[in-house]
Amino acid sequence: MLLEIQNLTTRFSTPEGEVCAVNNVSLQVEAGQCLGVVGESGSGKTQVFMSMMGLLAKNGKTEGIVNFNGRQILGLEIAELNRLRGVEFSMIFQDPMTSLNPYLRISRQMTEVLVEHRGISEKEAAAKAIELLHLVGIPEAEKRFRMYPHEFSGGMRQRAMIAMALLCEPKLLIADEPTTALDVTVQAQILDLIAGLGRKLDMATVLITHDLGVIAGLSDRVAVMYGGRVVEEASVHEIFNSPQHPYTKGLLESMPRLDTSSDKALHAIPGQPPDLQALPAGCSFEPRCNYAFARCHAEIPELRTIGEGRVKACHLEQIS
Amino acid sequence: MSGAAMNQTETTQQPILSVRDLKVYFPIIAGGLIRRTIPLKAVDGVSFDLYPGETLGVVGESGCGKSTLGRGILQLLEPSGGSVVWLGHHIEGLSATEMKKYRKELQIIFQDPLASLNPRMTIGDIIAEPLTVHNPELSVEERKQRVREMMEQVGLLPLMINRYPHEFSGGQCQRIGVARAMILKPRLIVCDEPVSALDVSIQAQIVNLIKDLQDTFGLSLIFISHDLSIVRHISHRIMVLYLGNMMEVADKENLYANPRHPYTKALISAVPLPDPELEKQKQRLVLEGDLPSPLSPPSGCVFRTRCPLAREKCAQEKPEMTDVNGAHQVACHFWQQR
Repeated sequence: MLLEIQNLTTRFSTPEGEVCAVNNVSLQVEAGQCLGVVGESGSGKTQVFMSMMGLLAKNGKTEGIVNFNGRQILGLEIAELNRLRGVEFSMIFQDPMTSLNPYLRISRQMTEVLVEHRGISEKEAAAKAIELLHLVGIPEAEKRFRMYPHEFSGGMRQRAMIAMALLCEPKLLIADEPTTALDVTVQAQILDLIAGLGRKLDMATVLITHDLGVIAGLSDRVAVMYGGRVVEEASVHEIFNSPQHPYTKGLLESMPRLDTSSDKALHAIPGQPPDLQALPAGCSFEPRCNYAFARCHAEIPELRTIGEGRVKACHLEQIS
Repeated sequence: MSGAAMNQTETTQQPILSVRDLKVYFPIIAGGLIRRTIPLKAVDGVSFDLYPGETLGVVGESGCGKSTLGRGILQLLEPSGGSVVWLGHHIEGLSATEMKKYRKELQIIFQDPLASLNPRMTIGDIIAEPLTVHNPELSVEERKQRVREMMEQVGLLPLMINRYPHEFSGGQCQRIGVARAMILKPRLIVCDEPVSALDVSIQAQIVNLIKDLQDTFGLSLIFISHDLSIVRHISHRIMVLYLGNMMEVADKENLYANPRHPYTKALISAVPLPDPELEKQKQRLVLEGDLPSPLSPPSGCVFRTRCPLAREKCAQEKPEMTDVNGAHQVACHFWQQR
């Protein structure tokens, strides 16, 4: 197993009290595999991986086990972590403009990583960086290499971010909403690129998104998060064809489909996403759930196995 | 009977809104030593009719001019050319005072639900504000009564009337925005990306709400969005914009089943479907490159730099909107080629 997250819990202390953003989350990613992590804002999907990368805000505390390639990486010293970040695993973010330094040319930002981590010369680093810009489909890479981020379009910046993340040939790429800020035609380009690179470089990917459409084409497995917990995890086919958690089912039904036409009202999930500071005593989805019964109100459902490689956190035996 | 049906049967129904060759340009100061202004053509010649009870979806990518179009129609931006006829009256270029009598009937809902609400006003005052401007004769109690009724209509508890916007979630803030737009009982609402900032599970709630209100009050809607699935769900007719120009207009069945413009085809095929089997089989038509700068749009057809069908004619001659059939127009020299 390339990445194994066990019982990860992340809390933030805020003036209004403690917020539990990630609650006892366990996830696995095999080498070369793509795991999709779906959830709405506040579901904890990003914080799981920020915790893993050691990128939590100052008021955040995390506990649990994160094994990468058999090595526990949670709580490592910064210096130690820096030997792994960007080398063994990389992360790209939603908004490429805020992740790139506007004062530095792309060349400087890209070669820095290689010189730092690989100890090669500026010149070798430049050659490698240009090669990667080619790989991610940036036209006139030599010329672009010397430009500043603001001279790039949104799609091009995201390509540059991906190229930077791949400089040291990581075994795992974590992409946090990589296409949310992009237009659909550019999104299609970037998704094709990520899928192609994953195959070509035999790299595992974690795709964090709120868009079930994005997950469907790319992922092998899908984990659905709600209120800081994983509520269902299964293969991509099972998630889309026979969702077993009412939230997963509700999400799928609430989306209008491009390939069908209907004048009927959409199946909206009633209510609001949970307030992490005032989570219900029982299942956090219970107030919005059509299937809820007495037990759901009183007792938090544990994640349990419901089939081969399939888990869900729901008291309900089965939903049709 | 829905607006689209009325439209197709060509009854004597008059359009509620007629837009002809609408242009909205922004002057941009360029050049270093010799200053000059060049026009940024955000909307460049858009025409359509909107019928009572009808929803026109406007789709396109960022920078295509869809929001500018909405604001140009409502005279929140002054058009640089063309005409906007609201119930027989030319409203293009009217001053704010002259527009006031039409404002009651023309409203807008914005994308960012929290940013479009004044944080220092209670939601009761926010929803009531259009009433204080347009119906000053109402007493405080009458106004409150109307606000409470409207809150109930959009799914907010009337007892929340004295709360402030920050106490509400994104979806609830959007309900407040809808209530403010609806309180004057308008006949047209421009919805500018009303659900893009909301979580997936909340989007459906707001879409259903807007549709319900349309059915109840016979509203006409201009629904601006980049999300083709939602536009398909809510619209009767759809307009595809690219760099301020109309590429294709059709009723929704024709547009999605039988797109004629290469840009529409690419847009539709780019949307990922929530279905792993379909996604894996799908032949995606991926467009090369990025949107050209609107300051120096390509000559002829603005889409030609990314178009798989582009030929010499496309660089020389701007394609006109031509009829595919009565309910379907396209601006492409080569639309008959498959």
